[in-house]
Amino acid sequence: MAALDQGRAQAAAFRRERDVWRTVVAVLQHLLIYALLLAGAVLFTAPWAWMVVASLQDVSDMFRWPPSWIPVNPSLDNYARFLRTQHLGRMFFNSGYCAVAVTSLQLFFNSLAAYTFAKRRFPGRDFIFLMMLSTFMIPGQVTQIPSYLILMHMPLFGGNNLLGQGGHGWLDSYWGLIAPGAVSTYGIFLLRQYMKTIPDELLDAARIDGASEFRLYAQVVLPLTTPALAAMGIFTFTYVWNDFFWPLIIISSPSLRTLPLGLALFVVAHRTVWDLVMAGSVVATLPVLLLFLLFQRHFVRGIALSGLR
Amino acid sequence: MVQSIATRQPRPPLRARIRGVLREMRKEWTAYLFLSPGLLLFLIFWVFTIAFSFYLSFHDWNILEPARPFVGLDNYRDLLTDRRFHQAIVNTVYYTALSVPLTMVAGLVLALLLNNPIKARGLFRTLYYIPVITPLVVSAIIWKWVYQGDYGLLNYYLLRLGLISSPLRWLSDPNLAMPAVILMSVWGGAGYDMVIYLAGLQAIPEDYYDAAKVDGANSFQRFLHITVPLLAPTTFFLFVMSTIGSFQVFTQIYVMTSGGPLGRTTTIGYRLYEKAFRHFDMGYASAMAYALFAMVLGFTLLQLRYMRQRDIVY
Repeated sequence: MAALDQGRAQAAAFRRERDVWRTVVAVLQHLLIYALLLAGAVLFTAPWAWMVVASLQDVSDMFRWPPSWIPVNPSLDNYARFLRTQHLGRMFFNSGYCAVAVTSLQLFFNSLAAYTFAKRRFPGRDFIFLMMLSTFMIPGQVTQIPSYLILMHMPLFGGNNLLGQGGHGWLDSYWGLIAPGAVSTYGIFLLRQYMKTIPDELLDAARIDGASEFRLYAQVVLPLTTPALAAMGIFTFTYVWNDFFWPLIIISSPSLRTLPLGLALFVVAHRTVWDLVMAGSVVATLPVLLLFLLFQRHFVRGIALSGLR
Repeated sequence: MVQSIATRQPRPPLRARIRGVLREMRKEWTAYLFLSPGLLLFLIFWVFTIAFSFYLSFHDWNILEPARPFVGLDNYRDLLTDRRFHQAIVNTVYYTALSVPLTMVAGLVLALLLNNPIKARGLFRTLYYIPVITPLVVSAIIWKWVYQGDYGLLNYYLLRLGLISSPLRWLSDPNLAMPAVILMSVWGGAGYDMVIYLAGLQAIPEDYYDAAKVDGANSFQRFLHITVPLLAPTTFFLFVMSTIGSFQVFTQIYVMTSGGPLGRTTTIGYRLYEKAFRHFDMGYASAMAYALFAMVLGFTLLQLRYMRQRDIVY
């Protein structure tokens, strides 16, 4: 009997000790996770933080060795000079104008097409839809060269005649920056997948009440698609705002440059004007950063839902 | 058997079928109206351009010259002997082979860390994601500064940690330039992979882990036998999409190295840009674009076959 009690006590002590160890291991594990997360956070934000610090200093302080992470004589002078420098303020407007225009056009055209694919039955629907899907895997390079030529030969624009000869067409214009991006097959696909989940009964009820197809789209389906539209809109805006390649190949006038284009050309041409470049970089990042911070939930859900970039 | 043949409807004559389709098209005319803006742009900027660049690739087509003769397969034959194009392929494969797996591993590690019950998860996620939304041009500019030889941040900290004895010329050393570009791309892309992996991790039912714990599996075994296989579709999605994307890498190269030093960072995307939009040699560049397309297509088909063999449903 006594031996049994002793055994029980031993077992209890053993369990207590084991529990203590488990807690210690759990706490250590937690600490390790936080340490790793923190180290990661430092690595991921350091270059970015450096840009902000550098943008607030005089160019001579930027070259300090060892580098200082607290701005020496902080001032907004670089920003003021950045905005005053010719065309740099204009670039901000150009980026915003194109991003807003492309996003609005895509929200309308994509959703209109998505609604048609999701909720209408008509001859050729599946064929057209599959044709659009099949272009996903095609690298942009295949379409860029002919797109450039199409813009160049746009009739009656930019000094072109009726046959699209003689001038530069839509090259070097807002048209060229906006028109090719006004519709996205990827956006149509994503919105269509979302609209498919809206029950047909809702539409049938409205149809019986005599609603036109456009009203069905605008007043029944669109309000129910808001989350997908928000995600798509944010992504489109960010994509156009950040895009570099397309402006690079079609824009030649300094007054039509977008921010990424202007900054890149600035860096490649003047290797030494780091103070202005850093201020410009912060300015170029702020709008998309704000958009991201404000609509983070939509962003993350949008990516998770669709894997769209 | 006989019965089924007897009850089968006879096919209506062709003309009647066409009339039926036309009637339906007339009835559903608003569908075509709704589709028309999207379809028009799609036909112009996708269908037409894809066909037209194929046509271009068989011509000696320079914008600056009026004569644009048909040259048959000459452009493609030139690609076979073009040293700089071959170098671009090697560089692109090098870039892809390192940047894609590294970005995915970094994204997975971050996602696994964030998938624990921790405080401030949202804050960490935001911090890791900031490089993804930063314009690529800006990221490249920042890193160009980080990599500077004499006053760059990277050299400073490597020197201080005693890992190097003299400053390295990251972007002008032929052997270091591509790794430097890759590191920047990993930094800029890991947050995206992290979010996708996080969504994949959160879709795994907690019960699986509990059941494995009851069976005595340790945390590494649980990771290996539950997490890894259940994340396989996510991994494949990321792998295929990132590879297609990195075959086309351009912006970082343009800003940070302009294809140098000694052409060691000239990728297919960069070479194509030079040919098409600096030399305006549109025919040759189109052939290059189709070669790139063939590579992407070949890679995708291989991946699909591999997925089917392994029975991974995506």
